[in-house]
Amino acid sequence: MTLPGLQLASPGPLRPASEMATREAQLGWALIAIGVIVVLIITALVLTGTFRHRGEAAEQIRREGEGIRWITIGGIVLPAIVLLAAFGLTLKVLRSQQLPSRSSDVTIEIVGHRWWWELRYQGANSQQHAVTANEIHIPVGRPVRVALKSGDVIHSFWVPELGGKTDLIPGQENVIWLQADRAGVYRGQCAEFCGAQHAQMALMVVAEAPDDFARWFALQQEGAPAPTGAALRGRDAFVGGPCALCHEIRGTEAGGRQGPDLTHLAGRKTIAAGLLPNDRGKLTAWILDPQTIKPGSLMPRMRLNDQDVAAMVEYLETLQ
Amino acid sequence: MSATVLSHPEAVERLTREWETPPGILGALGTVDHKLIGKRYLVTAFVFLVLGGLEAAAMRAQLAGPNRRLLSPELYNQIFTMHGVTMIFLYAAPVLSGFANYLWPLLIGARDMALPRLNALSYWVFLFAGLFIYASVLAGQMPDGGWFSYAPLSERVASPGLGPDFYALGLLFLGISTTAGAVNFVVTFFTLRAPGMSLNRVPILLWGSLSTAVMVIFAMPALTVACVFLYFDRRLGMHFFDAVAGGHPLLWQHLFWMFGHPWVYIVVLPAMGIVSDILPVFCRRPLVGYTYVVMATIATAILGFGVWVHHMFSTGLPSVAMSFFSAASMVIAIPSGVTVLAWVATIWFGRVVSSTAFLFMAGFVVLFVMGGVSGVMTAAVPFDWQLTDSYFVVAHLHYVLVGINVFPVIGASYFWAPKMTGRMLSERLGRWNFWVMFVGFNLGFFPMHIAGLLGMPRRIYTYPAGLGWDTVNLVTTIGAYLFAVGVLLFVINLVWSLRRGAQASPNPWDSPTLEWSVSSPPPPYNFAVIPVVRSRHPLWEDRLHPDDPARTDLSAGSPLDEGRLTLQTSALDAEPAEVLPMPGDSLWPLALALSLSGCFTGLLVGNPILTGLSATLLVVSVTGWLWPETREQLP
Amino acid sequence: MTTYPLPETARKPPVVAEAADVRPPGRWAMILVVATEAAFFAYLLFSYYYLASMAREPWPPDGPLRLHLSLPNTIVLLASSATAQWAEWSARRGNRSAVLSGLLVTLLLGIAFLVVQGLEYSEQRFGPTTDAYGSLFFTITGFHGAHVLVGLIMLAVVSTRAAMGHFQPGRHLAVSNAVLYWHFVDAVWLAVFITLYLSPRLI
Ligand code: HEA
Ligand code: HEA
Ligand code: HEC
Ligand code: CUA
Ligand SMILES: [Cu+2]
Repeated sequence: MTLPGLQLASPGPLRPASEMATREAQLGWALIAIGVIVVLIITALVLTGTFRHRGEAAEQIRREGEGIRWITIGGIVLPAIVLLAAFGLTLKVLRSQQLPSRSSDVTIEIVGHRWWWELRYQGANSQQHAVTANEIHIPVGRPVRVALKSGDVIHSFWVPELGGKTDLIPGQENVIWLQADRAGVYRGQCAEFCGAQHAQMALMVVAEAPDDFARWFALQQEGAPAPTGAALRGRDAFVGGPCALCHEIRGTEAGGRQGPDLTHLAGRKTIAAGLLPNDRGKLTAWILDPQTIKPGSLMPRMRLNDQDVAAMVEYLETLQ
Repeated sequence: MSATVLSHPEAVERLTREWETPPGILGALGTVDHKLIGKRYLVTAFVFLVLGGLEAAAMRAQLAGPNRRLLSPELYNQIFTMHGVTMIFLYAAPVLSGFANYLWPLLIGARDMALPRLNALSYWVFLFAGLFIYASVLAGQMPDGGWFSYAPLSERVASPGLGPDFYALGLLFLGISTTAGAVNFVVTFFTLRAPGMSLNRVPILLWGSLSTAVMVIFAMPALTVACVFLYFDRRLGMHFFDAVAGGHPLLWQHLFWMFGHPWVYIVVLPAMGIVSDILPVFCRRPLVGYTYVVMATIATAILGFGVWVHHMFSTGLPSVAMSFFSAASMVIAIPSGVTVLAWVATIWFGRVVSSTAFLFMAGFVVLFVMGGVSGVMTAAVPFDWQLTDSYFVVAHLHYVLVGINVFPVIGASYFWAPKMTGRMLSERLGRWNFWVMFVGFNLGFFPMHIAGLLGMPRRIYTYPAGLGWDTVNLVTTIGAYLFAVGVLLFVINLVWSLRRGAQASPNPWDSPTLEWSVSSPPPPYNFAVIPVVRSRHPLWEDRLHPDDPARTDLSAGSPLDEGRLTLQTSALDAEPAEVLPMPGDSLWPLALALSLSGCFTGLLVGNPILTGLSATLLVVSVTGWLWPETREQLP
Repeated sequence: MTTYPLPETARKPPVVAEAADVRPPGRWAMILVVATEAAFFAYLLFSYYYLASMAREPWPPDGPLRLHLSLPNTIVLLASSATAQWAEWSARRGNRSAVLSGLLVTLLLGIAFLVVQGLEYSEQRFGPTTDAYGSLFFTITGFHGAHVLVGLIMLAVVSTRAAMGHFQPGRHLAVSNAVLYWHFVDAVWLAVFITLYLSPRLI
């Protein structure tokens, strides 16, 4: 629901694309309406009250006694009724946010890291398992069970168009249902302050037709395609270099767990948690100097020679 | 007015001799005069407001457009943290303590606070704790975890520097000042009200700061526990917030907000009291519904302890718990509604005489309601999942904090500066001051609501273009700078008036309360004779109830001039009970505050020798302070 | 000089008033200090119960604490409250030697408590950094012990002053305050004892 005539220029909580976000937005509009009315009434009273008796004798002091009704009725009874209604609505929406009726058989575990998102997919049977980062794919119209965890500090998962926030807390697992009713790409962002690069901890949710999703998921479960040509040299540089300490590329010896899984990096739209578009130039720049692009990021600046980097990029570009 | 005393020049001379702060540096360091301490509080808090404001100005410059690189992320994070800590802890609460310290004895017809030396201690500790926290700037290691510094981000693993130690120790240090001040207010309230000032005749400001003081007594320890745990985790390797070893990160959040939510009312209840006292003066009538307002103040103070979880709606709590705290947060809007309607009715049924102070009070009412309703929106759990940690919350907190704290404080300065300095502030500049601030404020902070509704999270040092956040942020920055110009106008007005302002008469606004019965500025002993109060509006009695023979007596009575004396009355009805000898100036409070500084510095740098030595000095200072000086003084 | 009609008592020096309504400022101050300190311990104990309720491992990790030292120690501390109160009553009556002996016995009992507490510490198989339980145990009992120490210093100072003859009937605020603080320290111990030692046995 949007107010007639008011088209928001950008995505946000008031342009919902899921059932849950829609209900939240409806509640929001109701509360905004209440708020605006209350503010307008009080402002009008203050203004009228001020100018009502302009210029009358000021030495006089008016007696006490008038106006108590304003307090009992305007300050207690009316607000109580309005607040009761608001609370009723709140409860109703809160209740309806519980378990969904049907759900997808894929579940996702999201682990928050400074400053990127690890995504662990689990299919219906235990073999169907995939790990990726920062770009969540879901089948459109189906609620997906998402378990939220943290690997270091508290983060918060927030995709405004799909629903409100839930925190990722070390030592605790929070479960939410993620659903998009319209196909599309939705931007999300970490919403709990988590240190230097909290500002650049974004993510994407790609809601696609169930078939497309199934294809994507099947691909993610596979190991990395074997490289050929120039990419071969890139793989060796990657696996033999510092990269392998932190990154996993399934199907190679690179098995680090500190950074994002890169097995299907080339299939992602962005790198570094939504910061850069995933193209050759940006990828090269990132590998050469992550600290200028994302100061404080936990991927260090390494001493690399340009040929190695070029080869690595060549290789990474093949990781569809 | 005080005819009897004027005819006794000897008494006046004796009183002056007893109560005057001696000249010179030792006099200044040892003084316990609540008026001096109050002014020091005010000036220091204003300095912190400007510091916090300059930090805000830096943030707004960075956020004026997308992808700006004026501040590094590390620096931005330190700056917004220092901004929050400065404003909340070093400005908002102390500035109200300043007004309360200055005004309380004058409002209740006493000669000082009940525990004058404790009062001096509160100030010194406030000052040193502020310097301690700002020493982090010199050390280049400012806290950078936000004003609520959630664990485990603040734990050693994620924040190895000294920042969080400055934070934890600085707040522990400051807590001593706040607690000491609170004790003093409660004691003063229940011992030093002038004879006849029964509970139903007390100005609302007193109810505001009394509720605040009681809240501090019970809320502050939660922060103390949290900061102690944090320090122990960080420096001694304990595990309170460490999920791996049986601790839990949410323990910090519970403790912090058990303190934090009461604290947000702590920084507004006295300000609301100020409004309840000033607004009627310019409406030329008593406040509508005194009793309701007092009850609402107390109710807010009590309910304020039962809503802390509304800051944790996104942490995955059971929905029963969330419903409860959501309901509680909405209930708390009712006492606020009562108070707002009392103000509105006072304006409506009064005869408004406009002045700068009135403008600030009336402007405040509107801003308060705006901040209040956005609070109610965040209290609705499912909508808060969208709003929390977005710029909507930043908008809410500035509407309430700036609206309910800064606006009344500046208005109160226009109102009481004549009493404090003996000079009137310029009304013309004052109008400009108000309008620039009011327009600047709304221009700057209203768009933040929209930014939040467009999905902009808070605490981000930069944002990409193309998300629709550019314009709102630019407007916010412009508004923020305009607001800063407003604050600047206030400072200019103050400085100008101190030299050139018109001389103030004892009661320039024709106000009803006791502080206006003495000269501007008041004499060191405040009241030459302790007044006997017969109504809520001592200086309006002749016009308010001309037929009632009971009249407040400002001139008859004992000057109590045979020493440094004041009159103690009973707690509820303020019946005269004792003549109370008051302690004189002393350097012990300063010594105590200095040894505390030594202790905390020792804890910060991890130097047990410094800590131990300072702790020893501390015990010596306390004993020296409490040891009776003469046989006469034996309690 | 005009005189304000004060009641006769008003010219006398302040006393620990019997009327609930009139207390010397120093008395009010001590009551408030005790209130805020009590809140401090309440938040400490809240933290204990919170972490206990969130624990995924057995709580306490090594089973309930033993009572062989703590139970007698509790009795020692409770007894010291009685002797302290006796000192206060004696102060009201102006019995200087009784005040002094009451305070000194309290002091000794308090010291005994701390010594036994030290023994207990040395017996524990865990330390403050072992796990969150250890952190809680040592922090809570440590803060309590620190308060006992402060109470002991107060008692010592007051005893000295009692020996110097500072107190008379109606002029013994320092004694009353020290005793009030001591009662508080004991009451807190009771809450700590129930929480740390007894509650794991109950659930
Ligand atoms: C000055 C201090 C102050 C005050 C007075 C308030 C007042 C209120 N606050 Fe606010 N609050 C803060 C300071 C304050 N707050 C701060 C600093 C934060 C952020 C902390 C941080 O994260 O950094 C915060 C955050 C905050 C949150 C958490 C948001 C989040 O992070 O998700 C919530 C949620 O419920 C909330 C609610 C409320 C409510 C219900 C009130 C109510 O008391 C308001 C009541 C008043 C009115 C409603 C107006 C007058 C009433 C009427 C005219 C009657 C009619 C009204 C109706 C029918 C609606 N506040
Ligand atoms: C009383 C409390 C108070 C006050 C008065 C203010 C005042 C201001 N605040 Fe503050 N603010 C908080 C309390 C307060 N704030 C808190 C608690 C937070 C949360 C922190 C956190 O997340 O941890 C916050 C966070 C906060 C943010 C969000 C940061 C983020 O999430 O990334 C922003 C951003 O714009 C901001 C801006 C401002 C501005 C522009 C002012 C202006 O009103 C300031 C105006 C004043 C001056 C500029 C100084 C005086 C002027 C002069 C001496 C004139 C000369 C100077 C110039 C012309 C520049 N504040
Ligand atoms: C010390 C650990 C570490 C090392 C070594 C390291 N990385 Fe990273 N890498 C990270 C982390 C952490 C991130 C996530 C950064 C962020 O987004 O904040 C990352 C992100 C990336 C990304 C973007 C992934 C995405 O999906 O957004 C690429 C590509 C990458 N690294 C490539 C490399 C290459 C190539 C090397 C070797 C030359 C390398 N990394 C070495 C830790 C490391
Ligand atoms: Cu992760 Cu903010
Ligand atoms: Cu709150």
